[in-house]
Parts: sequence; structure tokens; C-alpha cells
Amino acid sequence: MLCLMLGLALGAAQLVPGAPAVVTVAGPAYIHLLVVGWITQMIFGVAYWMFPKYAVNQPRGNDTVAVATFALLNIGLLLRVVVEPLHAVRPSPVLGAALAIAAVAQAAAGLGFVLNTWPRVKEK
Amino acid sequence: VSVWFVRAALAYLLVGFTIGAALLWNAGVPFAGQVGRLRPAHAEFLLIGWTAQLTLGVALWIFPRLRLGSLPHGRVGFAWLGFGLLNAGVWLVTAGRVADVATLAWSGRLLEVAAVAACAVNLWGRVRPGLSQM
Repeated sequence: MLCLMLGLALGAAQLVPGAPAVVTVAGPAYIHLLVVGWITQMIFGVAYWMFPKYAVNQPRGNDTVAVATFALLNIGLLLRVVVEPLHAVRPSPVLGAALAIAAVAQAAAGLGFVLNTWPRVKEK
Repeated sequence: VSVWFVRAALAYLLVGFTIGAALLWNAGVPFAGQVGRLRPAHAEFLLIGWTAQLTLGVALWIFPRLRLGSLPHGRVGFAWLGFGLLNAGVWLVTAGRVADVATLAWSGRLLEVAAVAACAVNLWGRVRPGLSQM
């Protein structure tokens, strides 16, 4: 919900005449707040909640992996949202390295979700 | 069949996120100029291969049965047809857009339309209150 609100707010800011450059170049950040932060994260959450049990004593799979997935997805996304527009306006090696870290964090989150969810996709 | 939809969706999520990470890394620390050509694959895998396919798979799994006493997942043949068409479409669109061959891209998109129509044949009659609410 927070990402949806942030994404819509950023989208609104981009439509304001005379918005600063760091806002007008934030199109990818806007899109990813909505499709990763809102849609994909909502899917992750609902799948974690309602997919068939992994096992009786571990119904939702590995909870540590799930928490790590949540943390990595949001750290990676928010880092990207902040850094990508800044890097577009004034590129620097430090900002570039931060984008690479954001990339790894989000890819790791995807891997964590798939590893934890795959065994739960089964016939009841 | 819903298991196949969801597992395929998870595979697209993994590949799509990995391509996205390569694109973002390349934007911050450039390592290969050609990586940008994979942007259409990133979008297609995540929007259709992941999000649309997962949604269809969960709907096929969880929607109410057609009528009391009918098979729980309706006309499964149409769901299988939808699965095949959707995944063929995703790869054709991706190949067409990455290689810049318009014929492949639009024919793939038409396969995706046909896939949704096939799934709709299965799902349409199942959009109703559950048996316990009737």
C-alpha cells in the first residue's frame, strides 16, 4: 500500500508543470513502484499467505527466507527509486554502484520468493 | 493445469527479475552495451509470463466449480490450450521484439489473445457465488 501511494504521488509530481529534472526523469522509478512495490509485492504476500502448506510443522516454508525476501525487495526497490533519478541527472560512480546493489538485492528477492514458493505449488 | 500455470509464472519471474537486474546494473555500472536490447524480454516475461499467467493460474485453481457435481476445474482442455498458446505467445513476442521482427511480435500477441479466450471459456461460467453461498 505504501508503494502504491508513493508511486501515485510520484506520478502526480511528474505531471506538475515545472517539476524539477530529478522528478521528470523518474519514469522508471514510478513504473517500478507500481509493478514491483505494489503488484508484485501484493502477489508475494498473498501467495505466502494462501498457497498450500509446505509441511504441517512449516506451513509457509522457510520463514527466514520469506523475511529476507521482503527486506531485499524493499531495500532494493527504494534504493533504486532514490538513486536512479539522481544518477540520471548527475551520474557518479558512487550512485552507479548503489544501482548495482539495488539490482542484486531485487534479483535475490526474486530468487528467495521462487525457492520458498516452488515446493508449495502442488495439488492438494 | 493450474500448477503448470503457476510454476511457469515463477520461472518467468526468476528470469525476468534476473534480466531486470542486469539492465539496472548496466545503467549504474555499464558492462555490456547490448544488454539494453533485452528490455522487451524483461517487460514481456514479467507482465505476461509472470503477472498475467499467475493470475490465470490462480483463477483456474480457486474459482468455484461450474455446477454441483461437475469437475472442479471446469473444461480443463481449454485451460491446457490457453497454457500452450500463452507461453508460445510470450516467446514469439519476445523473439520478435528483441530481434526486431514485427511479424513474430504481432503473431505472438495474437496467440496471447487466443490464450486468454481459451482460459475465458473455462472460467466464464465459474464466475459466480460459491456453492455454500447459493
